[in-house]
This record gives sequence, structure tokens and C-alpha cells, in this order.
Amino acid sequence: MSEKEVKNLEEIFDAKIARDEKIEPKDWMPEKYRQTHIRQISQHAHSEIVGMLPEGNWITRAPTLKRKVALLAKIQDEAGHGLYLYSACETLGVTREELYEQLHSGKAKYSSIFNYPTLTWADMGAIGWLVDGAAIINQVPLCSTSFGPYARAMVRVCKEESFHQRQGFQIMMTLANGTPEQKEMAQDALNRWWFPSLMMLGPTDDASVHTEQSMKWKLKRKSNDDLRQQFVDQTVPQADMIGLTIPDPTLKFNEDTKHYEFGDLDWDEFWQVVKGHGPCNKERISARVNAWEKGKWVRDAAMAYAEKQESKKLNVAV
Amino acid sequence: MKNWPLWEVFIRSKNGLEHRHCGSLHASDATMALENARDVYTRRMEGVSIWVVPSAQITASNPEDSAELFEPAKDKAYRHPTFYELPDELKHM
Ligand SMILES: [Fe+2]
Ligand SMILES: [Fe+2]
Repeated sequence: MSEKEVKNLEEIFDAKIARDEKIEPKDWMPEKYRQTHIRQISQHAHSEIVGMLPEGNWITRAPTLKRKVALLAKIQDEAGHGLYLYSACETLGVTREELYEQLHSGKAKYSSIFNYPTLTWADMGAIGWLVDGAAIINQVPLCSTSFGPYARAMVRVCKEESFHQRQGFQIMMTLANGTPEQKEMAQDALNRWWFPSLMMLGPTDDASVHTEQSMKWKLKRKSNDDLRQQFVDQTVPQADMIGLTIPDPTLKFNEDTKHYEFGDLDWDEFWQVVKGHGPCNKERISARVNAWEKGKWVRDAAMAYAEKQESKKLNVAV
Repeated sequence: MKNWPLWEVFIRSKNGLEHRHCGSLHASDATMALENARDVYTRRMEGVSIWVVPSAQITASNPEDSAELFEPAKDKAYRHPTFYELPDELKHM
């Protein structure tokens, strides 16, 4: 194809997205669109999968059976989210094995938040309330993104997220209304998860590289700073309601703008964690690689069994 | 050893409705594909029946042929009831 023809196709393509038409896997798309989507959707899938690890830590130590089944169901949903997203990503011509390889080798990123440790039961509350809360803010606009399989996966994901956040908040609410030790545990979890949750919404707008292109392709509908503001505005009153204190002494409500103003975030810490130097980066990837490698004989055995059954059928047929 | 093949999953949400495509998954054989589809796509009573089909078995039309395939229908307005102008007094038609 000549350069001019490609340019022409790109214009038709952009116009299609501007009209809110969806792009489906077999449609022509610019190579950059394909690569950007493979990167974003797979990062998203990896985040769902790695996100199970910090919570998996607490399944056997949940305080009641009710909390245990809720946490199990939540984590199972996250596995599902990862699978919907991997399946959407594979429609772009990349294989599941390539995607896993990128995660395991450290080439692919996942959300930095999952590199923090889960030290107490209250962390299950804080994660559901804050981390899933921030994820929802990020994900809702993606339900109308331009790539069909991604948009459809996000619709399913968003339907399921709401329970995650509610069960988390309820854990925090129960602890905050409990003994002084329980309340302190909830406060401590909020103290540790607040800033990482704010940073989870991505670098500030002036440091964010992909924004303009992503806006055009509807991979992004609002800027990171706008999403962060939305998150702060909705979460502060929730903390007030259960008598917990946001660990930011500079936080104040601006009567004119009707928004909360909050302090500077530690972006050095954020980039350190992104680059692999967070408290649990190594632990998370090694748990993941370990599970994959130790499961190999099971996958092989299942495949050998399937092939044997298949050849038995063929033998009967002749 | 070979990787688990890809399967397309179709779910009937309730009797009276058609099976609808909802995504794909990997499984070593059809039985496992059905079990995985149940866990991945019907955790909240989204379905009463599941179909799984090996993705490799699906033949799909190509978007490049869309004009050839679908545009001929555009100029056949006579296939629609509104094409036939009839007096307003006419009832039940
Ligand atoms: Fe999720
Ligand atoms: Fe979640």
C-alpha cells in the first residue's frame, strides 16, 4: 500500500471512531492502534491477575465465613476480569503465551498498586474500597471505548466491580465501628493505601505521554488529574462518614470550586515502584511465574488426555 | 507440548432467547471448555445453556468484502412494507 493510501485509510478510520462507530478485530486498523491496544489491554489483564495475589494472602485468615466467601468470590471475579481481557487482547493477533511471557519476563507492566504488601485484615477493606474504587473510576469510561472487544469486556467488568467496592467499604465500616484496636487497624490501612490509590490513577497530566492519541481513540475519556479529583471528591465524604481520617493534613474543601484540594503526591516513589523497586514487585512476579511453571505438567497432562480421547474417537470411526 | 486451543463461548441467558457470543477461552478439550465457560462467563446466573466452538472452526466474512456482501440490500427498498404507498383509509394492513 502506498503512503497516500494508508493516510486515506487512516482518515476514514479516525472519522469512524469520531462517529462513535466501533472497530472490530478484522477491520483495518493503523498498526499503532493495534500495538497500543495490545499494550493497554494486556497491562489491564495483567493487573487483574496480579491483583489477586495481595488478596489471596488473606483468604485463609478471613475473620468469618461470610467474609471468606465474599473475598473468594471477589478474587474469582478478578481472575474472570483477567480472562475477559486476555481474550479481548488475543483478537488483535497476539497469543496468550506471548502475553504471559511479557508479564513473566518483566517486559509488560501491571498496576503499581499491587506491589504493596497486605499487612492486616483491614487491608482487604482498604483495597476493595479504595483500589477497586479507583479502578471503577478508570474503567467506567472504557465501556464506550472504540475497540469493540475491549468495550464489551469492560461492560462485564464494571457490572461486577461494584460489589468489590461495597464489600471493602463494609469491612472498613465494621472495623471503624468496632473496638479501638479495630478502628486503629482500619485507620492504619487507610494511611497506607490512600496515596498509592491516588497515584494508581496515573501520572499527572503534564507528565503523561500518551494522552492526546488515547483521547482520540477513546482509550481515555478524561485526564488522569480529572479522574484523581473525581476519586478524592467522592471518597473523602465516605471516610468522614465512618469516622476515619484521610492521611493528608493539607486536604481541604474549596467552597468556590466545590472540590477538595489535596497535597502533592510522592511521584518518585511511584516511578520507583513502576520500575520494579516497590516493596513486593519481586514477590508478585515470582509467585506468578512459580504458579505457571509448576502448573505445566497439569496443562501437558490435560492436553495429552485430550489428544488420546480424540485419537480413540478416530479409531472407532474407521 | 501443545498449548491449549482457543474456544468461542456462546450463552443462552434464558429459554426463549438465542445463544449469544460472549468471549473466548483456552481449554484442552470440549468438556473442559464447557466447565471453564461456566466459571468464567456464568458466575451470576447469566446463562441456562452454553455452547463452545473451537475458534479455528469458525469461518468469518472479511470486512473487505462487506460492500460486495451487504450493499446490494441497500437499494432493495421494495423488501420493506413502507415501500408500498396505500390509501390512509385502508385498515389492518
Ligand atoms: Fe477487576
Ligand atoms: Fe475488583
